[in-house]
Amino acid sequence: MTAAVAIIGAGPAGVRAAEVLVRAGVRPRVFDEGLAAGGRIYQRPPGAFKRSAKELYGLEAAKAERVHNIFAKLEKYLDYRPQTLVWDIAGKTLFTLTGGTAYGTETFEQIIIAPGAVDRVMPLPGWTLPGVTTLGGAQIALKTQGVAIGEKVALVGSGPLLWLLAHQYVQAGAPLAALVDTTSFAAKARASAAMMAGDAATTLKGVYYTATLRLKRIPIHEGAVPVAIRGEERPRELLIKDGKGRDVTIACDAVALGWGLKPETRLADIAGVPFDYDEVQQNWIPVREMSGKTAVQGVYLAGDGARIGGADMAELAGARAAWAVLGERGAFVDEDEVNRLERALKKEAAYRDVLDKLFPFPSEILAGLPEETVLCRCEGVSIAGLKRTCAADAVAMTPLEVNRAKAFTRVGMGRCQGRMCGHTASEILARELKCGVREAGRLRAQPPVKPVPLVPVTTEALT
Amino acid sequence: MPKYMNLTRVSGSQRPRLDFELDGARCGALEGDTVLTAAVMRDGYVRRSEFDQGMRAGFCWMGACQDCWVTIEGRGRQRACATVVEQGMRVKRS
Repeated sequence: MTAAVAIIGAGPAGVRAAEVLVRAGVRPRVFDEGLAAGGRIYQRPPGAFKRSAKELYGLEAAKAERVHNIFAKLEKYLDYRPQTLVWDIAGKTLFTLTGGTAYGTETFEQIIIAPGAVDRVMPLPGWTLPGVTTLGGAQIALKTQGVAIGEKVALVGSGPLLWLLAHQYVQAGAPLAALVDTTSFAAKARASAAMMAGDAATTLKGVYYTATLRLKRIPIHEGAVPVAIRGEERPRELLIKDGKGRDVTIACDAVALGWGLKPETRLADIAGVPFDYDEVQQNWIPVREMSGKTAVQGVYLAGDGARIGGADMAELAGARAAWAVLGERGAFVDEDEVNRLERALKKEAAYRDVLDKLFPFPSEILAGLPEETVLCRCEGVSIAGLKRTCAADAVAMTPLEVNRAKAFTRVGMGRCQGRMCGHTASEILARELKCGVREAGRLRAQPPVKPVPLVPVTTEALT
Repeated sequence: MPKYMNLTRVSGSQRPRLDFELDGARCGALEGDTVLTAAVMRDGYVRRSEFDQGMRAGFCWMGACQDCWVTIEGRGRQRACATVVEQGMRVKRS
């Protein structure tokens, strides 16, 4: 069945896109991997939980409730498909898997792809132990399951989520062993004026989180370098070099790590959208106009899946992309509203730029990791495994780039399809080849974008 | 306290109890728990790595890393983090 407009993702971008379309009289079909709308940022716990928005989302409660309420009002005017993975796009056809068992195909005229992002992680010795998660994972565990990842949790990384998560764990009564930030206090102090000018409200939230953590006497290490997670069955201690270069051992029973986010771009890739390496965000991103329009007719992008911008920006970008879709369909476009959205998007982008420069991915820490560190957690390939194969087969693999390295080492070919290791493999490869990450190449996406079960399929089922 | 991941309930624990089957043995859960939460609450892990024999207890908890695969009777291979426990469900770990 053809839906005029398809939306992938029901986070802040997808919900706002749906809102604009429904108001214009279009009935979009919304595909969502989640159980209910909200995305990961405003993810709700399953029904049996009775927890207030304030408890779940803290200072973001009003925004979360707004997104949920908008979607609740829209739901009867759209075709919502929860628990549905879109695993391939061919022309104007989508291939879906619902509930992990039911395959389907759907067609569309225009599509807004807004699948969000995942944590950008860096391997550490010991990071495959049970009790080590991403920062986002530790947050989802708390938010949607009411569980803390341990009773003495060390948080490691950089960026806004690190401090927000620390605040949320403390508020929930989950004891923190330490917060280890690879960005120095001095760097943050230098950026503070630009951050206040960019978005005072958001910046002050950050200051508030920091202040409450200091009040609660949570050990905070800034400008620190994580060295290793040690333990046999779970983390026992986290070793770091603190901001002054001193060795510090932090006793803990769990570790969460993350350095910002990376966009989920596989569907855009398969749809044929061209990519560019974004030097500021240090991510490969699909090329799109501010409106979300891409070089592929009918394909629009919004939210963190297009470029990391956070939830507020995703709401704006989702709405903007929906107006672009309406324009392509020849429907009425409210130019004043479009201008308002674009002004707001530009303001958010300027603020994001300050954040991105303040919280870079720590490539130099990655470069200093011991060679035996597991790089690919799916298949247990070490950093040495990648480097050695590349050195040994450099002639056979000419020109050597990340897709060839993947074929020879399997780094990026495991079940996560490079989501956890792809960017770090590119960084390591670039250093080995003495070139930029851009020149080391981009890991190409393949359908299915996530593993799906292989079942006998008749040809009729595919037509 | 399980010897692997020390997952700890901190809120929302006033929920009805459920039972499901984990590798043939009864496993308790609270309504709304994912298979990942319930399995890790009991045993501290959800699967064994095929490559290093180490235990795994999920990593991203959001359906991206695929490090929590289990087999659910009637549904095949599923991500434990994306599957809510149902009464009587039969789950097998690797």
